[in-house]
Amino acid sequence: MRGSLFRKNLVTTLLLAPAALWLVIFLVLPFIAIAIFSVGERAPEGGYQAALTFAQYANLPARATAFWNTMVLAPIGALACLLVAYPVAYYLALRAPERWRLILLAMIVIPFWTSLLMRTYAWMYILGGRGIPALLAYVGIQDLRLINTPGAVLLGIVYGYLPLMILPIYVSLERLDRRLLEASADLGATPLSTFLGVTLRLSLPGVMTGFSLVMILLLGEYLIPTLLGGGKVFFIGNALVDLFLQSRNWPFGSAIAITLVLVSVVVLIVANRISTRLSGARRVDLI
Amino acid sequence: MTAVPDIEFRAVTKRYGAVTAVSGIDLAIPPSAFVALLGPSGCGKTTCLRMIGGFEQPSEGQVLIRGRDMAGTPPYRRPVNMVFQQYALFPHLDVEENISYGLRQARPRLSSREIGQRAGEALSMVQLAGYGRRKIHELSGGQQQRVALARALVNKPAVLLLDEPLAALDKKLRTDMQIELQNLQREIGITFVLVTHDQEEALSMSDFVCVMNGGRIVQLGQPSEIYDEPADLFVADFVGKTNLLSGKVAGLSGDLVDVALADGTVISARKRVPLSRGEAVSVSLRPESLGLSAPGGGSLKGIVRNRIFLGSTAEYAIEVPGIGPLLAKADHVIGQGNLFKPGEPVAIGFAAGAPLAFPNANNNGTNQREDQNAEILS
Repeated sequence: MRGSLFRKNLVTTLLLAPAALWLVIFLVLPFIAIAIFSVGERAPEGGYQAALTFAQYANLPARATAFWNTMVLAPIGALACLLVAYPVAYYLALRAPERWRLILLAMIVIPFWTSLLMRTYAWMYILGGRGIPALLAYVGIQDLRLINTPGAVLLGIVYGYLPLMILPIYVSLERLDRRLLEASADLGATPLSTFLGVTLRLSLPGVMTGFSLVMILLLGEYLIPTLLGGGKVFFIGNALVDLFLQSRNWPFGSAIAITLVLVSVVVLIVANRISTRLSGARRVDLI
Repeated sequence: MTAVPDIEFRAVTKRYGAVTAVSGIDLAIPPSAFVALLGPSGCGKTTCLRMIGGFEQPSEGQVLIRGRDMAGTPPYRRPVNMVFQQYALFPHLDVEENISYGLRQARPRLSSREIGQRAGEALSMVQLAGYGRRKIHELSGGQQQRVALARALVNKPAVLLLDEPLAALDKKLRTDMQIELQNLQREIGITFVLVTHDQEEALSMSDFVCVMNGGRIVQLGQPSEIYDEPADLFVADFVGKTNLLSGKVAGLSGDLVDVALADGTVISARKRVPLSRGEAVSVSLRPESLGLSAPGGGSLKGIVRNRIFLGSTAEYAIEVPGIGPLLAKADHVIGQGNLFKPGEPVAIGFAAGAPLAFPNANNNGTNQREDQNAEILS
């Protein structure tokens, strides 16, 4: 029975094998390993020692600050991204002259060709002591601190993740049937009601896609808090790096990692539900 | 006419860059009329409709609704509603939410009970009672059409605008909807303005037909007037089928002209515009005005090439030497099997007054007419 099924689907199997193998080796196996680590103990010299205990999970509150920072700054960051991205996507999709559209889209994507590390370093200098604060000192505003603040981290997040938010929203707005906007106006809706009742509503799948994409990436963010938060604004990602590489407490790091994955899955499921419900006919599957 | 027209165009011109879509149109649509704007694509009819709806602004001139100049009035403040081509229903709302969309925009706000009641009435009016909770994508094309109608009419507009509303339906459904639209218009008593490129649709439904070509109104009149007394060669050719015979004016007497056809035959035709002796003209002869008989009598002689039997009528493609192919249409009476066969010689006659002579200038229609004939003969 199994053999005949295998023969029947031989081609499919062969086509899917590389991807499946890749996923098993680099996602499923490490995940299982992490799950096992998370119920173990730290070996005296660091690393992992077999055990079956939930002590690591019970100890999660020890990293409450990192969780708190992540859980507050990730949604705020994603929201800030959204607020900046929506008008841009709206302009691109509905207002920009046709011939400019491609050029403007390219201008949004091109910075992505430089590494995020370089671009974040640049911000470090712009916000640092010799950057904007130095300029402001010339006009008499002294002792302004920008770098190593939550604000700097937020700025870095919006800057780094903006294209990921703009593109899905742009796509959903671009697909919007313009006659629906005319129909809405024809039926007496003011431009604001049309925007809220038709444009925004029908672009929600794009909004939810962008929001969950940015949100998920932010939950594991490490670079931006390190460079622009200067260790003072501490994310889960930073906690993980510390635990695995510095204090070599693999079981505790694993417990945090598993919790992070669970939170991400919950975020995705909630986003997907909201998106499906609000967009009506169109079903959007994120997972 | 003393009543204020529902819609009035005063010297309206619309330009898009260098292209003039509508040039200097004057038009007054009386209250409670069913008017069709008819013309080939690009004639400016949709632009006119969109200027009434407020989606386009005239470059020159004024558009008035019930005597009020609409300049600067956005679509959402105009007392008109439109049934859009392909309906433009909101995919995220169900049928009832679509229909009550306009009612929910009303200020001061309507009570939710009134909204529900009026939406329910509108649903029954288009025979969709019980479909309120359906999603738009669950409906057939004909049902979507009805929802679009109800969504517009529920707001009690002064004028209903219809942009090619039947184009997406199959033939059977289209005929049903034509009757239904006509009944609705009579029942509600408001003005309907219909844009269509389908002359049959325009003739069958409306009280007045406004034939447009090249951004201008070519003729405005009742359907029978448009058909029987076309203002020019374009209208004669665009509205209904016709035969166009080219010739030269050989003599003038009052309203009549004698036209010498290409084969030398001289026929008497009525004229709609002044003609001069020797002028090249086209004579329009409707297929149904041609009478076929056994060789001997008649004005023209020809040979039957094709016969298309349609039940109540039969159409004949007839080759007339020196003149070309002619299309003739004869009523068929059950039991009188007097059908002519391909290859048979026939004599062609017509009543005096049936031929209409038009000057040849600006005969944009001629090519189309050749296509039509080619279609029949092939």
